Amino acid sequence: MNTDNQEWEINSKSSLFDLKLNEVWAYRDLLGLLVRRDFVSFYKQTILGPLWFFIQPLFTTIIFTFIFGNLAGISTDGLPKPLFYMAGITAWNYFSDCLTKTSTVFRDNAGIFGKVYFPRLIMPLSIVVSNLVRFGIQMLLFVFFMAYYYFSGAHFQITWAISLFPLLVLLMALLGLGTGMIISAMTTKYRDLAFLVGFGVQLLMYATPVIYPLSIALTKYPKYAWLIEFNPMTPIIETFRYGFLGQGSFSWGSLGYVSGITALLMVVGIVVFNKVERTFVDTV
Amino acid sequence: MNLAIKAENLSKAYQLGQIGTGTISKDLERWYASIRGKEDPFLKIGETNDQRSKSSSDLVWSLKDINFEIEQGDAVGIIGRNGAGKSTLLKILSKVTAPTTGKISGRGRIASLLEVGTGFHPELSGRENIFLNGAILGMRIKEIQRKLEEIVDFAGIERYLDTPVKRYSSGMYVRLAFAVAAHLESEILIVDEVLAVGDAEFQKKCLGKMNDVSKGEGRTVLFVSHNMDSITRLCEKGILLKNGRIQSYDQSSKVIDSYLRSDSGTTSTRTWSHRDAPKNSLVELISVKAHDANYVNKEFFDITESVGISMKYQVFTEGYIFHSAFNFFNGNGVNIFDAHEYLDSNNKPKQIGTYEVVAWLPKNLFSEGNIIIGAAILTQNPFVIHLHEMDVIVFNMVDQTNDNPTRGHYVGSLPGIVRPLLEWSITKI
Repeated sequence: MNTDNQEWEINSKSSLFDLKLNEVWAYRDLLGLLVRRDFVSFYKQTILGPLWFFIQPLFTTIIFTFIFGNLAGISTDGLPKPLFYMAGITAWNYFSDCLTKTSTVFRDNAGIFGKVYFPRLIMPLSIVVSNLVRFGIQMLLFVFFMAYYYFSGAHFQITWAISLFPLLVLLMALLGLGTGMIISAMTTKYRDLAFLVGFGVQLLMYATPVIYPLSIALTKYPKYAWLIEFNPMTPIIETFRYGFLGQGSFSWGSLGYVSGITALLMVVGIVVFNKVERTFVDTV
Repeated sequence: MNLAIKAENLSKAYQLGQIGTGTISKDLERWYASIRGKEDPFLKIGETNDQRSKSSSDLVWSLKDINFEIEQGDAVGIIGRNGAGKSTLLKILSKVTAPTTGKISGRGRIASLLEVGTGFHPELSGRENIFLNGAILGMRIKEIQRKLEEIVDFAGIERYLDTPVKRYSSGMYVRLAFAVAAHLESEILIVDEVLAVGDAEFQKKCLGKMNDVSKGEGRTVLFVSHNMDSITRLCEKGILLKNGRIQSYDQSSKVIDSYLRSDSGTTSTRTWSHRDAPKNSLVELISVKAHDANYVNKEFFDITESVGISMKYQVFTEGYIFHSAFNFFNGNGVNIFDAHEYLDSNNKPKQIGTYEVVAWLPKNLFSEGNIIIGAAILTQNPFVIHLHEMDVIVFNMVDQTNDNPTRGHYVGSLPGIVRPLLEWSITKI
């Protein structure tokens, strides 16, 4: 880093919109190393190693297929049930992992934050990227399932919307990150929100078309379906399914709505995060 | 000279007590005051940080109106009792927490070592942790790669480089962590009391490295320690903090002097007023002091110089043969020896008047540390102790390491309570 003899100043107040993104860039190596740490420490001293990344979505899919698909008999828009659930679970997990892990970032890292300075934004960013790696591995499993069902003659088709996949991933990451940062900033002083996040995210899953298609919700509960449509994760999951499996509601309008919400949450998130970051060590 | 660090009116307030439901209403009040552009209503009632007294407000100033300038290449020791604000100052300097008011400005990259091994992951190997820790401290991967060999060499862990650090001994852990921080190319190095963990040899090595860093490479070092020996050895300047304020900022020996003075109340010189003096109807103590060969009173003596102890006393009644005696204790309360004066010339009854007796301690007698003196006046035949006062004066023996004939070329710590210079000889048989 070439900051030799650079002048600096530590002040009691800082500008609200000084996001210190140049500092984050200077510490980009740290971001990579933290991601590596998360990944490596996850499977050290395990036998199955990275295979564990597959086990969670696999088992959840099996259980969902039995309970929601067979026992409750919720429609899957004519798609093979495991494929339908796995698409929802994989995408939802990425968002919820980003959200829950970022929302406790100050508390989890109080020890290290209290002893050494680096741009704090690196930590939540590393969480998002670490989870991205995990998400990537789980996507492989999903693609493998798609191939399996395709060759055993199941009825689904890939549509052009699959090209929106990178955008969807970005939206999920930023949505989780932004919301998580806001919550993390608020929980340094008051822990109440942290408890809410724990089960709130679980409940939120049921307000997102993970185990049912949006079309069913719209026809069955036309009065309350706005709640589900209002949820920014809904268009993401629906578009995701539409792209990969050819079933789901897609509209540019709802995607635009999600992008707007995400951008807003991100900006608020970074500002709040940077404000809290300066003195949270004293209160956490 | 260039300034490396400049602090202006730096203050830091901490909230005492619980943070809970009560705080939300205060937060709202604070917020309301800030939108009206008024001062924070809760900052006014804060008091200085005297931890022993109970205060009425729940806000405390851990640092208050700190102003100082540190020049480039200086090694500055920060001393003070626990809770004086040393760590808070270092935390603000390392940007871990922001000051409540005031500012610090400076020039150059800061490497701070407030704790050993921050961010070390127990599952990762030594090598992986070097990279991770280096990056946390602000190094780029390329930079770490360039320094890797040096770091491993300094830490002396080559054999364990690919072993998870959870299997390291605590000493190895500390060595590795210090090595990473010390090899960061920074203009300013901040070290909190982390060296206390390592063994004596490693402490010496770290001090040596910090010495190289400040004197050899012209970098600025800020060093917090309770070990006055390391501070005198490493730092030419010192800052003494007391209850969040700077009490003195001067040459380190002077600052340590005033620290020890203010702390224990006992120094290397003691003069009694007539009222408080140890006395009986025959004799009264006036003063006791420690001094060097030129009769200059000092708090610190090199272990290779001779130390004189002078005692003045007043005789009220004629006809007694008074002798003086001293006890010598070290900082751990070990009675190293006692000494009674017996001078032929003194072996006759004393007249009324004031007398001064000097006892010269040989060179190379004590090892490092505090020496605490007790003083007594006694008579023989029959043996009577007329006055005996413990903990009269305290002085410090320091081992400057260089030109010290008792340790040869060894720089580690020498145990033992005395450090005499032996006469060695060697013959081939």
